Amino acid sequence: MLAFTLLCVGIMISIGLVLNLWRLLVGPDVVDRILALDTMFINSIALIMVYGIHKGTSLYFEAALLIAMLGFVSSVAFGKYILRGDIIE
Amino acid sequence: MNFWLELTVSVLLMIGGIFVLVGSIGLFRLKDAYTRLHAPTKATTVGLGGILLSSVIYMSHLQGYINIHALLITLFLVITAPVTAHILAKVAMHHKVKTMEPTQNEGLVDTAREQKSVDDDAGSSSDN
Amino acid sequence: MSLLSRLLPTPGRSAILLVIWLMLNVTVSLGHIIFGSVFAIAIPLLCAPLQISQPRIKKPLKALKYFFMVLGDVVVANVQVAILVLGPISRIKPGFVAVPLDIKEIRPITILASTVTMTPGTVTAELSKDKRYLYVHVLQMPDDEQEVIRFIKDRYESAIKEMFQC
Repeated sequence: MLAFTLLCVGIMISIGLVLNLWRLLVGPDVVDRILALDTMFINSIALIMVYGIHKGTSLYFEAALLIAMLGFVSSVAFGKYILRGDIIE
Repeated sequence: MNFWLELTVSVLLMIGGIFVLVGSIGLFRLKDAYTRLHAPTKATTVGLGGILLSSVIYMSHLQGYINIHALLITLFLVITAPVTAHILAKVAMHHKVKTMEPTQNEGLVDTAREQKSVDDDAGSSSDN
Repeated sequence: MSLLSRLLPTPGRSAILLVIWLMLNVTVSLGHIIFGSVFAIAIPLLCAPLQISQPRIKKPLKALKYFFMVLGDVVVANVQVAILVLGPISRIKPGFVAVPLDIKEIRPITILASTVTMTPGTVTAELSKDKRYLYVHVLQMPDDEQEVIRFIKDRYESAIKEMFQC
């Protein structure tokens, strides 16, 4: 049962990633692109954790934590840059 | 593996997957940048929370000790997701992003951007 | 006592750092406790000059209660947003509201803004410069916009005020 659920969830997250990619490429405004990128970060964390459960190891936890931190910092830096034209005021 | 444990992990994983997918569908479907902000930032915190919780339960079972370090990611995301959403909403306001058709009180965008007082703007809210 | 308070300017923050270090390494062995304690003492000391004085949480139990209330609301929020997103788009009526604030310090306002962003269909977009209004984007606007303002003020702002006793 677990293997089947893992497969289903993996497929769902991947479909989500494709939808995010569409928004990243098409998105009419720069805000949409940043938001799509941020959501892609979150979806990849989910995908990595699902893969970790599939493999039965918690080694991937560090990678997920790093992606979470980098995703937050880069989204905020993008936002700040667009807002002010400068990252550090 | 215990049947009920497997069921719990599977259900949590399924809930998480559905919410992550709904967040992406919202990002895909909704019509303007402000409403698009709502879908991912909300749906992914619970979605990821479900997946990470199931990971905690499964890893604790597998390794024989309580392995809660996946909860750190949830904690981090719960703290940071509102900050990202706030900054992106601010960017949308300052870039005069087009709003959806039935948006009410659109005048408030200008009020907020130019830091005018809400009270002397006739077209805005607080008509008490 | 004065040595202790000079060594640990913020005991709460040091405790959180130690706990997070132990969680990160998934262990409670003596070596990691000592190593984590060194970090827990050194990092707040190094960061002490960066601090600006902020109001403290006076009632920790109220804060815990608030945390669980928000947790429940977040789950409800997610279900509501999911239903709205999957339903027909023409049903969505977004809008902006300006929420007048009673709290003045920046830390309570930050907590309020984060809570508002996490919960049912609302995202904060801007804080007015005099910190008197919080501009909020609402996904599903009720017919009376005062309803949203009242909900935020009664449910969250009053709880935060009790927490900080201001």
